[in-house]
Amino acid sequence: MPNYKLKINGKSSSVEVAEDTPLLWVLRDSLDLCGTKYGCGIAQCGACTVHLNGTPTRSCVLPVSAVGTSEVTTIEGLSKDGSHPVQKAWDEIDVPQCGYCQAGQMMVAAALLKQKANPTDDDIEQAMSGNICRCGTYHRIHDAVKLAAKKAK
Amino acid sequence: MKNIADNSRRNFLKNTFAAGGGLILGFSWMGSETFAAEIVQNPALDELAFNAFLSISPKGSVTIFSPNPEIGQGIKTAFAVIVAEELDVDWKDVIVKQANLDTKKYERQLTGGSGAIKHSWERLRKAGATAKQLLTEAAARKWGVSASTCKAQKGFIISSTGQKLSFGELAEAAAKLPVPADVKLKKTSEFSLIGKTIKSVDNKDVLLGKPVFGLDYKTEGMLYAQIQRPPGFGQKLKSFDATEAKKLPGIVDVVSFGNKVAIVGKSTWQVMKARGVVKMEWTNEKELESDEMHNKIFTDLMNSDKAEVRRKDGDVEAAFKNAHKVVQAEYQCPFLPHNPMEPMNFFADVKGDKARLVGPTQVPQSAQGAVAKLLNIPVDNITVELTKMGGGFGRRLNNDYALEAAELSSIIKAPVKVMWTREDDMGGGIYRPAVRYRFKAALDKDGNMTGFMLRGIGMNAGNATRQDNFPVGAVENVLVDSLDYKSDITTGPWRAPITNFLAYAEQAFMDEVAFAAGKDPVQFRLDLLAKVKQSPVGKITYEPDRFEKVIKAVTEKSGWSKPKKGFSQGFSVYFSHNSYVAQIAEMELKKGKPVLKKVYAVTDCGIVINQSGARNQIYGAIVDGLGHAMYGNLTFKDGKPQETNYNAYRLIKYNEVPEIDASFVDNGIDPTGLGEPALPPTGGALANAIFKATGKRLYKQPFSLEGEEVEQML
Repeated sequence: MPNYKLKINGKSSSVEVAEDTPLLWVLRDSLDLCGTKYGCGIAQCGACTVHLNGTPTRSCVLPVSAVGTSEVTTIEGLSKDGSHPVQKAWDEIDVPQCGYCQAGQMMVAAALLKQKANPTDDDIEQAMSGNICRCGTYHRIHDAVKLAAKKAK
Repeated sequence: MKNIADNSRRNFLKNTFAAGGGLILGFSWMGSETFAAEIVQNPALDELAFNAFLSISPKGSVTIFSPNPEIGQGIKTAFAVIVAEELDVDWKDVIVKQANLDTKKYERQLTGGSGAIKHSWERLRKAGATAKQLLTEAAARKWGVSASTCKAQKGFIISSTGQKLSFGELAEAAAKLPVPADVKLKKTSEFSLIGKTIKSVDNKDVLLGKPVFGLDYKTEGMLYAQIQRPPGFGQKLKSFDATEAKKLPGIVDVVSFGNKVAIVGKSTWQVMKARGVVKMEWTNEKELESDEMHNKIFTDLMNSDKAEVRRKDGDVEAAFKNAHKVVQAEYQCPFLPHNPMEPMNFFADVKGDKARLVGPTQVPQSAQGAVAKLLNIPVDNITVELTKMGGGFGRRLNNDYALEAAELSSIIKAPVKVMWTREDDMGGGIYRPAVRYRFKAALDKDGNMTGFMLRGIGMNAGNATRQDNFPVGAVENVLVDSLDYKSDITTGPWRAPITNFLAYAEQAFMDEVAFAAGKDPVQFRLDLLAKVKQSPVGKITYEPDRFEKVIKAVTEKSGWSKPKKGFSQGFSVYFSHNSYVAQIAEMELKKGKPVLKKVYAVTDCGIVINQSGARNQIYGAIVDGLGHAMYGNLTFKDGKPQETNYNAYRLIKYNEVPEIDASFVDNGIDPTGLGEPALPPTGGALANAIFKATGKRLYKQPFSLEGEEVEQML
């Protein structure tokens, strides 16, 4: 099996997996980074969202062979202590119910705020409408993105 | 209550010193109606003689073990809030831990029916109050004063002269005192934590991406497995050939059991790939089920004379014969998958006559019992560790996936985690049953309801009706009956079982009857409730006063009596799981098209424990109710579910939710559940608002099948 050198959360890691292995399973099974979640496996729910050079990417359909030298950031790399404005806002607004989808939601929100420091409601809607929350925490996700934008300043 | 026996007391003292001190109070959580507390000597859960406990460390932190599985309903936080309130500890010093299964100690350790808060309210309060009283007594003895002159405040006992000792400093002395026979609970007006906005105790783990869910669980030597079940309900495995699959890297074994084929390997992806090349042949001995077949069965049973009578009041035949007007309508809904975001999974390690199970289940005790029976090993040899769950919605009330893991582990003689893919999850069964209802109402010439009939037909639904539901109790002549079809398609409870759809049908029908009677739909219900208050017909399970209050509150909030131009409102109210929820859905014309703008909800669940958790449940239940009423659809052909992932099955998303105005009735009544009650009324409020806006009555879920105009209303 081929060997891949990946840059994940600022560290380099080496894994030996088949080239078509989705990044999701490399993170979860090979690297013990289980914060990134499996939800559908076909890029429809967003639970597996990570950043690839800062861009939100569905890791369940991204083969490890396509990652190359890109910098991968997972929820574990957003901050070590929960100090990222998105994590702080998510806590303050008390967004999660079951919590399973929230890593993906936060990764999308963090990427949005990097791109747009002052997102409009339309910007937030556009960014967040691709991620499913079965518990229905969408109202709080909205409030938390707004609060995170304020905190990031 | 009982005082601690001398013998165990001596044991306790010895062990306490060995363990470094602190007060550990065990109390009976689920066992009996009377509260029993005892000081216990060792914090290790598996050595405890009690089904729950709280401990106070010498440093002052308070730990409470929560026995109930957490699926996102917020029970872990709410339980701890109740204890902390009576204990008067600073909330920041409270640590909450998930207790694992212990069948000896917990007689009922489950998540279902929105029942935990109602059940445990008094037990939790007494646990907190008992610990506080022990701490107070310990302080009083140190100071040589009477305990009645001391008070507890934020983790300290304070004397009348201003002396102060922390709970941590007192814990060891308190542990040497006998448990008091009686404790005083606070008045609701004295609450300082209950009713406040308190964040979930699990936030930190979730926000840091800690591996707390079942699917995250790993242990040394653990193998990964997926299982191919029959693609169609009613099919059987004829043969399989795993020659090619076994040659693939990482594949350890391919085995068959119980009409299934399990692929076992060293990683998820290797297993997924190998699964795709196992050749399997399936057969069926009888006709496989389809929507067409179900439609025919529903029609036949709707006209059957073999229904089981669920309730009969008065003379319904005469009432309809003498009616001035009869209103009749039929409602239907499809099967629905639960779709928790974390798919089914479980870890099992079976070694000889011992088994260790880890994973997400709403009913760990029945998992343990079922595995014991399946593998013929003693219940006491099976441990079940509870993980956090990525949703449940009732799906994890069935342990089929835990049993699969145990059986597989016993066959391959290795620790293994079985994971269902999303396709397995949506295609593998345990669904909300498909149901059909026929309602009939008889009206006299003044528009009074003189007769009410309901027939419910379900596919593996059991009793598809709830025969004591309003308007039953307000109508002289009632007949409620039901029939059930034994389908090959497996079903089970789905958030607010039966009422998740029955409520919509009832509330849409009540709207239609009110319209036919020429009455305002809200006033129509209030008039019926007035009759119940005067003299209820037969047995009733709801309180008309509480119904009335939520109805009046929601109509005031939403401006029901003075509709705004360009807006149309639909009303719905429901009593389920001991709570009352009234809702008004409001449509607004946008570019000439009606769109759902807002949902007002007023809830009476008695005392609200935690504003943040409670609101989250109301919001989530409304979003859930809207999404499934509008889009949820699982269809069948040749026994196979046709929609097995999110590209074919639509769940509600961020851009489709309306504004929500949620409020609670403040009445000081003992609290009831909130995981379910706000969902049932939602579909009815939406359907009735759509009628107001378009003149169109909706009789089938999902509403989106009505066409583009309705589909785009969220």
